[in-house]
Amino acid sequence: MSDRFRGGIHPEDNKHTRNEAIRSLEMPDRLIISLSQHIGAPARPVVSVGDRVLKFQTVAEPGGFVSCAMHAPTSGTVKVVGPSPHPSGSLIPAVVIEPDGKDEAVDLTGQADPGLEKGPQAWKDMIRDGGIVGMGGAAFPTHVKLSPPEEKPIDVVIANGVECEPFLTSDHRVMLESPKEVIEGILLAMEIVGCKKGVIGIEANKPDAVKAMKEAGLPDGVTVDVLPLMYPQGAEKQLIYAVTKREVPSGGLPMDIGVVVQNVGTLAAINAVVRRGSPFIERVVTLGGSMPKGPGNYLLPIGTPLSHLVEKTGGLKGPAARIINGGPMMGAALAGLESPVTKGTSGILVFGPGEMRPLKQRACIRCGKCVSVCPASLMPHMLSNIVEYQLFDKLKEFNVTDCIECGCCSFECPADRNIVQFIRQGKAHLWASERG
Amino acid sequence: MDIVLAPSPHFRSRMTIENAMYGVILALLPGLAVGVYYFGPNALRVLFLSILGCLFFEGAFLKMRGKDLGPLKDGSALLTGILLAMNVPAGLPSWMVLVGAGIAIGLGKQVYGGLGYNPFNPALVARIFLLISYPVAMTSWPAPKPFSFYLDAVTKATPLGDMKTTVMMTGKISEVDVGFVKPLLGHVGGSLGEISAIALLIGGIYMLARKIITWHIPVSFLGTVFVLTGIAWIINPERYASPLFHMVAGGLMLGAWFMATDYVTSPVTGKGMILFGVGCGILTASIRLFGGYPEGVAFAILLMNGATPIIDRYTRPRIFGYPTTRKGGK
Repeated sequence: MSDRFRGGIHPEDNKHTRNEAIRSLEMPDRLIISLSQHIGAPARPVVSVGDRVLKFQTVAEPGGFVSCAMHAPTSGTVKVVGPSPHPSGSLIPAVVIEPDGKDEAVDLTGQADPGLEKGPQAWKDMIRDGGIVGMGGAAFPTHVKLSPPEEKPIDVVIANGVECEPFLTSDHRVMLESPKEVIEGILLAMEIVGCKKGVIGIEANKPDAVKAMKEAGLPDGVTVDVLPLMYPQGAEKQLIYAVTKREVPSGGLPMDIGVVVQNVGTLAAINAVVRRGSPFIERVVTLGGSMPKGPGNYLLPIGTPLSHLVEKTGGLKGPAARIINGGPMMGAALAGLESPVTKGTSGILVFGPGEMRPLKQRACIRCGKCVSVCPASLMPHMLSNIVEYQLFDKLKEFNVTDCIECGCCSFECPADRNIVQFIRQGKAHLWASERG
Repeated sequence: MDIVLAPSPHFRSRMTIENAMYGVILALLPGLAVGVYYFGPNALRVLFLSILGCLFFEGAFLKMRGKDLGPLKDGSALLTGILLAMNVPAGLPSWMVLVGAGIAIGLGKQVYGGLGYNPFNPALVARIFLLISYPVAMTSWPAPKPFSFYLDAVTKATPLGDMKTTVMMTGKISEVDVGFVKPLLGHVGGSLGEISAIALLIGGIYMLARKIITWHIPVSFLGTVFVLTGIAWIINPERYASPLFHMVAGGLMLGAWFMATDYVTSPVTGKGMILFGVGCGILTASIRLFGGYPEGVAFAILLMNGATPIIDRYTRPRIFGYPTTRKGGK
């Protein structure tokens, strides 16, 4: 099998938790439902301190079209509506719920559409009101992606089951344990955008997931595309190219070329909200890395403090030196375990001291490795030099905004340059200067 | 707990500057061993002085520039020292070796700001400097003599030199001059580390296997020389040697695998590397076939080093998501 997109790297995949079935933990004593767990405007809280809330109850409404509703994962009392720990490291407004252990739920019968009678427009509203966002990490509101304007017809929905980040296995387990949900989800998405073709993209290191999909029964129009291993194949533009050979135009969206991509977990969530009325209140999170005593895949209520996840799975083997929210290639380092699981949390990785070799950042030696692995065909070494020497007027000439920040360049750089970090700084500078 | 907040990606490949430099040095060992085998203690003297000189000047210039001495350990000055030694005759006077080391590190590298900033290959800058300044010493090649422990006064011209002289005198090549087997194995006159094509080729393949270099530059460089000298040979085999001879003679193997592939001074894209290699090949073949010098590899690479920025400029890849006709997405 040859590569299906340009560039890319082969990091060790380290999928140690691939055989760990999804498990639940006991309810934590508080849930931090952040109002900013997604791309777009923060959600608007609709409850106050002291209110009793029921499971599934809406605690915050979307703060705009590109925004997301939040729901109570269990019944309990609202303790705080205000600044709370957030993965970004800042205090961000949240609704903090103290569970009462009763798990009393709102009756969802009226909101569900088990017979699929209400039709696509109603389903889209259910997805919006159910607070569904992309679960691959970017957490873009799903109803927005499923609302292409009429002049942009969609002819294929791609289910993203690539999970190319090392260590992460949450999507893998969802495909293994709920293949029907994923398939029902892609059928719903296809009907919403009005297309007849669905492709489930899975990398070749998950043959069991491919098998699970096929055994669950692939309906007409839906196929599985087994992709040769290559990071970052799960990046939206690269996956679209790998599957369809179409390029998302620079600055454009997948819908511009007739494609909608949804993560497999998101598709399962779409199915859950449409057929059962169940909003987005929990997700599968991989706990991995070398330090956790109980690595695995856990179904956690949104808002679960990370410290709860680590403690209830047996704690750590020793002092943590690096905690990563997401995968090791694109995930952000966390300062501690105070922040909660959000809708975009695909995994939490904890590593000990000495596992990452100390970096000695030096001048670029022009080896060209970053150029050869860049999936966007940029010249990452030039961008890093431009930012290092503050030649900011060159940023556009070298197309800084086309960088998807996949990290291949930094990964390969023999001079240990933090190329992606330079590029992030460059983008920030460009946006700041364009704002005036 | 000491939590590190570092930017992603959190894992890096094993390839570092040190790994690359020491990998190249490892790949040079077979060629170096042949040099020591044929030129004896003399070769060791030149090698030792060249390495010592390069490390000394690297340290001295770093100190003068107020930098820390960390780069001394990155392997680049050591590599320059080894390459310089391999690029000069084993009988070169010691003080000239040290002058060469000073030129390589000082004029070739540190004046520009050290590793990564130098436009020209430091060892080649020194080689050309020495060749122009001390043409006699730089073209007095000791005769190869296995396990010789004496400083041998007997010198021997290189195969390319013999050929050029014969052609100049008679207008024809002589079959004696252009044998293939001796330069392949290394039993010829020449610079310390360039005499055995097969030993250098083994090193080159090792670097390919370890992904220290890519195929683009050596293949396009060697291929171009092969094709051009082949055309000349087909047109007039009496005057021009066979392309196989050109492959193994002179500094071509050393240059194509170890000098032209220098990261800093060659282009960064595959397409650019091929253009660079083809340019090196055209210049080398032109000098060998029509020039006054018998050998042209060093000049060819230095000239193409100078063309690297413009090659990089015109071989920018088409960026993902831009129409195929608009290069660089400007």
